[in-house]
Amino acid sequence: MFQKLTTLKESPSQTAGPYVHIGATPNWVEITGVWKEDLGLVIVAPETKGERIIVKGRIFDGSGNPIRDALVEIWQADAAGLYNSPEETRGQADPTFAGWGRQPTDAVTGEYRFETIKPGRVPYRDGRPMAPHITFWIVARGINIGLHTRMHFGDEEPANAECPVLARIEHRFRVPTLIAQRSEENGMPTYTFDIHLQGEKETVFFDI
Amino acid sequence: MSDQGSYYQRDRSWHPAALTPQYKTSVLRSPQYPLLSLDNTISEMTGPRFGHDRIGPLDNDLIRNFAKTGDPIGQRIIVYGRVLDENARPVPGALVEFWQANAGGRYRHKKETYLAAIDPNFGGCGRTITDEEGRYWFRTIKPGAYPWPNGVNDWRPAHIHFSLFGHAFAQRLITQMYFEGDPMIWQCPIVSTIPDKAAIDQLTAVLDRNATLPMDALAYKFDIVLRGRRSTMFENRMEGN
Repeated sequence: MFQKLTTLKESPSQTAGPYVHIGATPNWVEITGVWKEDLGLVIVAPETKGERIIVKGRIFDGSGNPIRDALVEIWQADAAGLYNSPEETRGQADPTFAGWGRQPTDAVTGEYRFETIKPGRVPYRDGRPMAPHITFWIVARGINIGLHTRMHFGDEEPANAECPVLARIEHRFRVPTLIAQRSEENGMPTYTFDIHLQGEKETVFFDI
Repeated sequence: MSDQGSYYQRDRSWHPAALTPQYKTSVLRSPQYPLLSLDNTISEMTGPRFGHDRIGPLDNDLIRNFAKTGDPIGQRIIVYGRVLDENARPVPGALVEFWQANAGGRYRHKKETYLAAIDPNFGGCGRTITDEEGRYWFRTIKPGAYPWPNGVNDWRPAHIHFSLFGHAFAQRLITQMYFEGDPMIWQCPIVSTIPDKAAIDQLTAVLDRNATLPMDALAYKFDIVLRGRRSTMFENRMEGN
């Protein structure tokens, strides 16, 4: 016999199911009065530093249909590249910027939408700067374990070209699946980040 | 940034695979390329933290937080436990969110069509934040089993959904809690997405008679484990040790 390790196993994931909104965004599914405001709806404050942007898109299943019952979370650095987190050791992030947001995909169109700011650059493990990015985490019925990916910015070509994370993608034709293109809507810079769960345009997902 | 402190890679053989054909919705919603494995960066080793001031006094009381005309129907229970990491250390300050069907197995959701009755006094959502020792607890009613469209006669065992935020976005987890002794656990196509029986047992709360409130509520203990951090033995800075 031999000794046993004393480490525990992570609790296994289970799907968030079709009614994830009851727990995450109850007001959005008309369960009102339990708490006033769903968490993660508002990320920026009027005094938050940085360029205001809209990030929106849809999540497509393997048949090409948008998923209308998903929940999307984002996590990102502030305009200076600092995270509003006790685990951030490099400095004090903008206290008016939460950095974390949560939105359901629309029950009819499947679109999700965040009002946020463009993040600054954050160093990779070896100190090289990563390109500006927003972390995405997606759960829904039929997704057994949350899907983790990153959105990059189409107007940050030089930064994307030298990003050590994008450089790790072996099949280069897949890199564009992580890059949102910029347009303008109602005077607001808008990045469209569509996520494909399967097919030729399948988004790169991370085990990170 | 040094190697210190990144989170252990997920054991993907312990979690459900993305593609589990017995759970039909997973077929078109499962990525087919392998995931890109990367050691954590600051983007995953940080995460949002939620203060106790965000939580209302009834947020962890599903018996009272939606009640209109009286208490909801059903067996009163207390669910309690600790949030730990893989190093068996408590995770304080973790936001724990939970949602569930009512005693008849009916969710309060416009897309839910099961014929069991809505309970006017039950909303089905709650949340809390773990204390300094990683403990959490809430009061609710025991949810019922319910049928769902997958096979023609598939039923979910009684369960409560859990969402967890640890200290890092790498620890983000959504899972479900089952109840000890429920024969429906072993007939469920969603439970069986988990390949290892021991992992299913890890999601099965145990009845704790010592924690029951006499003449009031049964108690179930449910510990949850989030990813743990690596520490480098031969560094001066024994982070996490």
